[in-house]
Amino acid sequence: MPNLIEMNRIKKSFAGVAALQSANLNVTPGEVHAIIGQNGAGKSTLIKILTGVYRKDDGEVKINGNVAVISTPREAQDAGIATIYQELSLVPLRSVTENVMMGYEPRTRLGLINWTAAHKRTQEILTRFGIDIDVRAQLGSYSTAIQQLVAIARAVSMNAQLVIMDEATSSLDDQEIEILFGVVRELKKEGVAVLYISHFLDELYQICDRVTIMRDGQTVAQHVISETTKLGLISEMLGRDPEEIKAAGMTGLGGNSKAPGEVLLQAKSIETGRGLKDVSVAIRKGEIVGLGGLLGSGRTEAARALFGLDTLRSGSIARGGGKSAFKTPAEAIAEGVGFLTEDRKREGIIPHMSVRENMTLALLPQLKKMGHVDRKRETELVEGFIKSLGIKTAGMEQPIRELSGGNQQKVLLARWLALEPDILILDEPTRGVDVGAKLEIQSIIREYVDKGLGILLISSEFEELVEGADRIVVLQDGYSVSELQNPGVTEESLIAAIAHHHERTA
Amino acid sequence: MTQDNHTAVASDTTRKLSWGMITQNGGVVALLVILLFNVLVTPNFLHPQTLFVNISQVATIAIVAVGMTLVIATGGIDLSVGAIMALAGAIAPLIFTSAFAEANPELGLALAIIVPIFVALLCGVFNGAMVSFLNVQPIVATLIFFISGRGIALVLTNGNLQTFSNPAFSYLGTGKILGFPFQGYLVIVIAVAVWWLMAYTVFGRQLLAVGGNERAAQLSGIPVKRVKIGAYVICAGLSGLAGLIVVAINSASDAARIGNLMELDAIAAAVVGGTLLQGGKAPIFGAILGAIIIQLVKYTLLANGVADEVALIAKAGIIILAVYVQQARKE
Repeated sequence: MPNLIEMNRIKKSFAGVAALQSANLNVTPGEVHAIIGQNGAGKSTLIKILTGVYRKDDGEVKINGNVAVISTPREAQDAGIATIYQELSLVPLRSVTENVMMGYEPRTRLGLINWTAAHKRTQEILTRFGIDIDVRAQLGSYSTAIQQLVAIARAVSMNAQLVIMDEATSSLDDQEIEILFGVVRELKKEGVAVLYISHFLDELYQICDRVTIMRDGQTVAQHVISETTKLGLISEMLGRDPEEIKAAGMTGLGGNSKAPGEVLLQAKSIETGRGLKDVSVAIRKGEIVGLGGLLGSGRTEAARALFGLDTLRSGSIARGGGKSAFKTPAEAIAEGVGFLTEDRKREGIIPHMSVRENMTLALLPQLKKMGHVDRKRETELVEGFIKSLGIKTAGMEQPIRELSGGNQQKVLLARWLALEPDILILDEPTRGVDVGAKLEIQSIIREYVDKGLGILLISSEFEELVEGADRIVVLQDGYSVSELQNPGVTEESLIAAIAHHHERTA
Repeated sequence: MTQDNHTAVASDTTRKLSWGMITQNGGVVALLVILLFNVLVTPNFLHPQTLFVNISQVATIAIVAVGMTLVIATGGIDLSVGAIMALAGAIAPLIFTSAFAEANPELGLALAIIVPIFVALLCGVFNGAMVSFLNVQPIVATLIFFISGRGIALVLTNGNLQTFSNPAFSYLGTGKILGFPFQGYLVIVIAVAVWWLMAYTVFGRQLLAVGGNERAAQLSGIPVKRVKIGAYVICAGLSGLAGLIVVAINSASDAARIGNLMELDAIAAAVVGGTLLQGGKAPIFGAILGAIIIQLVKYTLLANGVADEVALIAKAGIIILAVYVQQARKE
């Protein structure tokens, strides 16, 4: 069968950093095709090139065998490509009909909108997907699932040949997901292709025909889904051939495991409104506890709960001395807990401020001397960290935004180390950092752990977890399901623990 | 401020010198152009009297602009400054013309200054609490006093013009030290104090952090809500003081007119002075410079027989230019 979409050797860089290098994708009419890959693998960049949001640097896009130039989302729509985003791009306060017909309303002879025809046509479109709702009602009065289905219906009514669903199920409950899958199967029957992006691998086996796996801006494999195993998919996604990794010592985290110290923080069966269901984890003095799991398994959510960002629905968090959980980050910091966030740009740096000001941000209250900041002590402290962490900067007064990612990360790490905390939560501490800086950051962390710091390490890089962590708590869908003890953990056993389906007792 | 310039210059050496110089020092260049124009065109511009008139007029704009700069630095905006000026300006004469103040002149005078400023501070607490605890958009939160503040002032005074003769109070607006208007010194003291606050204190640093990246600030344990309220309180307090100065200059209080359109002048001064509307920067002396430019443009047009209404249009032009220069600088 000829390909509906063919993307060959697509290249794309942002500010000199390659996001895609030679990525390929082909989708045949009427198939459900999945794209999977870690964060930063290039999935969304590839999709955005297909939908005209970004322009490719090199390579070709063919639609129905003809080379196509798509440079705006509108052109993609006209070429029959419709995208359903995670956040819906509909108007919740207008009626279902208005949303479905927007821009294509049937007119009366006087040029006014023919509402009777519009409602009737909308009803027809929705019935095709087995949705029976009042099309005159406000769209916002229906559930997210229905809204999503309406968006799909709209796409199909505009003669889409390809519907792209980006994390479409992430906000749906099980029953709604079933309805959505019904619609996907219906689309398939009508010959419409679906490009399906999801972090939930189980879903792929339910509805997808083929899968394309991406890693580091490249397409690494394409399979018929029935011929794959989940373990196989995960190891391809992560690029980890278990044999090859045994050449140890690839990260700077590895160190001599000592006997663990006293318990600094203990979380028991914590649950929050953000998708954390039942997680238990303890952090001891002088050890690195890893949190393993796929994206969406609740790793960051667990960190947020421990740091006092999300309130607990149930369960308990106790600090060493038996004190209860923190209600705000300020309380956590005062109690010696730091949190290096995953999103450096949005939750870390203050771009206008200098390296010095960024580094001492959390420490400020302690630098107070007679009503003002003790500049002398501040300067000494910052100088010390710039030297000891090897931060490359033109000077401590340089705005942090001008530093490279790795050096920004070191400044943020110093922000927390300056507080001399007992516990440091590190969420993806080496993401988006070049190899050299990565090793340096890892050895800085190890150095502090040897001095007694307790670390909770979240990392999507299995290598970092397996070599760095003394223990790894494995999370799955918001539950902590098992715990692996080092030495003895291999990437293979970690992947197996993550992929293995655990029966829940909850 | 000084250190802002320092880093900016350091990182800008690669840019084309001529255009870079103008965008970096746009305010100073504009000021020089206006001064030169006036020296050549406006009659009697170099007369000392001209200087005094301008100082006494610019003082209120400058004081409010300093407060506005802090609020804008948090990423907010304060539309209520003019109304708070009117409120403070209406309360003061009520106090020192009361029977109690006639009997105790010193105490009465002190209260006539303290009470209005206290009321202004309370308005600031209200603004700040609306913004930080109820998450109301700053423009809407401060709109409440923008509308009601002047109303309250008019109700308090029954809408009458209150005239008075109280030399001690009028010193605020007409006093002179070494021949220069008292409020000119006041502006300098306030500007230096607030500059110090922003550059050297924990509060100042935290305020800039909140404006620069609120999420990061919160995650670093900064009491974001308290810091924001602080900015609105300082802004309101300074507005109250400015209201008193206006009343003192005129020896009369007209609640309908005090501080009318002051919010626009103050925002314009802050923007011309280099404050980013998205927050994170508080160039205090820039705001003073901005206030001087706006005042001088007003004066230039007035002294050359151009109607006040046209001056408003000119002001709009300055704001557009300032924002344009800001955009150019960002690239």
